[in-house]
Amino acid sequence: MNLYSLTLHELHEKLKNKVISSVELTESIFQRIAATEEKLHSFITLCHESARAEAKKADELLSQDGGITPPSGIPVAVKDIFLTQGIMTTCASKILANFLSPYDGTAVKKLKETGTVTVGKTNMDEFAMGSSTENSAFSLTRNPWNLDCVPGGSSGGSATAVAGDQCIAALGTDTGGSIRQPAACCGIVGLKPTYGRVSRFGIIAFASSLDQVGPLTKDITDCALLLEAIAGYDPLDSTSVNCPVPSYSSSLSSNVSGLRIGIPKEYFVSGMQPEVENAVKEGVSVLERSGIIVKEISLPHTEYAVAAYYIIAPAEASSNLARYDGMRYGYRSAAKNLTETYMKSREQGFGAEVKRRIMLGTYVLSAGYYDAYYLKAQKVRTLIKKDFDEAFKGCDAIITPTAPTTAFKIGEKTQDPLQMYLTDIFTLPASLAGLPALSLPCGFDAKGLPIGLQIMGKYFDEATILRIGYTFEQATDWHNKKPPL
Amino acid sequence: MKITKEEVKQVATLARLELSPQEEDLLTHQLGKIFQYMEKLDQLDTTTVEPLTQVGEITNAFREDRVVNRPATDSLLSNAPAREQNFIKVPKIIE
Repeated sequence: MNLYSLTLHELHEKLKNKVISSVELTESIFQRIAATEEKLHSFITLCHESARAEAKKADELLSQDGGITPPSGIPVAVKDIFLTQGIMTTCASKILANFLSPYDGTAVKKLKETGTVTVGKTNMDEFAMGSSTENSAFSLTRNPWNLDCVPGGSSGGSATAVAGDQCIAALGTDTGGSIRQPAACCGIVGLKPTYGRVSRFGIIAFASSLDQVGPLTKDITDCALLLEAIAGYDPLDSTSVNCPVPSYSSSLSSNVSGLRIGIPKEYFVSGMQPEVENAVKEGVSVLERSGIIVKEISLPHTEYAVAAYYIIAPAEASSNLARYDGMRYGYRSAAKNLTETYMKSREQGFGAEVKRRIMLGTYVLSAGYYDAYYLKAQKVRTLIKKDFDEAFKGCDAIITPTAPTTAFKIGEKTQDPLQMYLTDIFTLPASLAGLPALSLPCGFDAKGLPIGLQIMGKYFDEATILRIGYTFEQATDWHNKKPPL
Repeated sequence: MKITKEEVKQVATLARLELSPQEEDLLTHQLGKIFQYMEKLDQLDTTTVEPLTQVGEITNAFREDRVVNRPATDSLLSNAPAREQNFIKVPKIIE
């Protein structure tokens, strides 16, 4: 058995009992990366030197008794949107191609304090705008299950790195599905926590009312362990919420009898890949056999989520990205005056999708269109949130597919932005409502591509959705399947 | 809703984006299609609905007025496109 193919919790036992060292484990990961990176292109930056130093430090920590936690000594990959002190953070954009992080983001800092080893920074859609990782300015990441397919996005590099055993676990960010959808496409577990559960300090802002940090892992137990390590209030993010972080891992059990899950009829409509529908329905019956009560519910405003999201998120993005003006950091184009410097730096520094979203956002915020688009979308956001408030009066969690199809072919949707946006239909509602939502593997289609099942929960009730996910994992073995690399 | 090339140019100026003629044509077409899809929202009567800007409670985060992060002048300035001593060099602002 190769060390790189094990889970975080399995490796924690080995590290704790001194069967292996973090240095050994880190070498195993770098060998795996060397053997697979040519095919996958998961990383923008690899951190051989600093990772080896971190592994040595972790081994010192592990040699003393006490003070270690499950992530100690574990090699992790971090999406290139997190600031990591002394390491480049590009956000997969030419405008930040030479940006050296001056400090650590909070989630990264918390992991470092437990003694994790950062092996590299993963590829993504530029500024996290995309659903396929094809919008990276640097490289094309491929799905480990089929190299002709996309890994999903925007945290596509983190998802392929976990699925391809190039790291033990990874961090990503999710604004409209950017953790859950690539997790589904790559056959792994991905969690978007409740908005406010994890600090956003030190992640590059895309849409601030939606962005949230979360784990991508090989199974539910790892997901619970990693969430425990990164969650909590942070004075540096005033939207992080000051409520206690429960021990997610110790609440994992298969005792779900009496829990009620809602199946929203609006998520099972025509146009969906039949194999996805069947796998999710089969997943629901697995849970039913474990004692869960299943009921049909309605989330009537689901069909408006794409339109509302693609107004709100670009509006916030156009404002957040105004800071890239070529003055204090980032790319600066040579031009004859100040305005021209702004215009040319942004024209040359941003890729096509980022420009499109800046244009969309600027348009909907501009005089004459604000009420018709931006305000309207915010009102619809209220309606979508109310759908969930109503639904959760009668159930403890909601199950849906994570995405309407499995991973699509590279290039298939790049010419039609609206078609790309529509692939997010099932992940956007929980983002707009700020709810926690999890994706876990629940089967494969006829082409051998993984299918994801989404479990959405009540505010700050990650524990329940993790418990349902754990129960599902105990009854199935989809999470143990590995891509043929 | 139809969006014109003139509007695209105007919005690009507001966003400080210099677009090539090809980009202007492409965006006129693509944004038009996207806005047409957005019209879906008009099916909903939202006259009595409050807008949602942020989920969760919004409370003001007060803090002491003192420096908590270590000054890191060099690591911050090292990212500047142009630098002179401890200053960021920028193009002339007043002509």
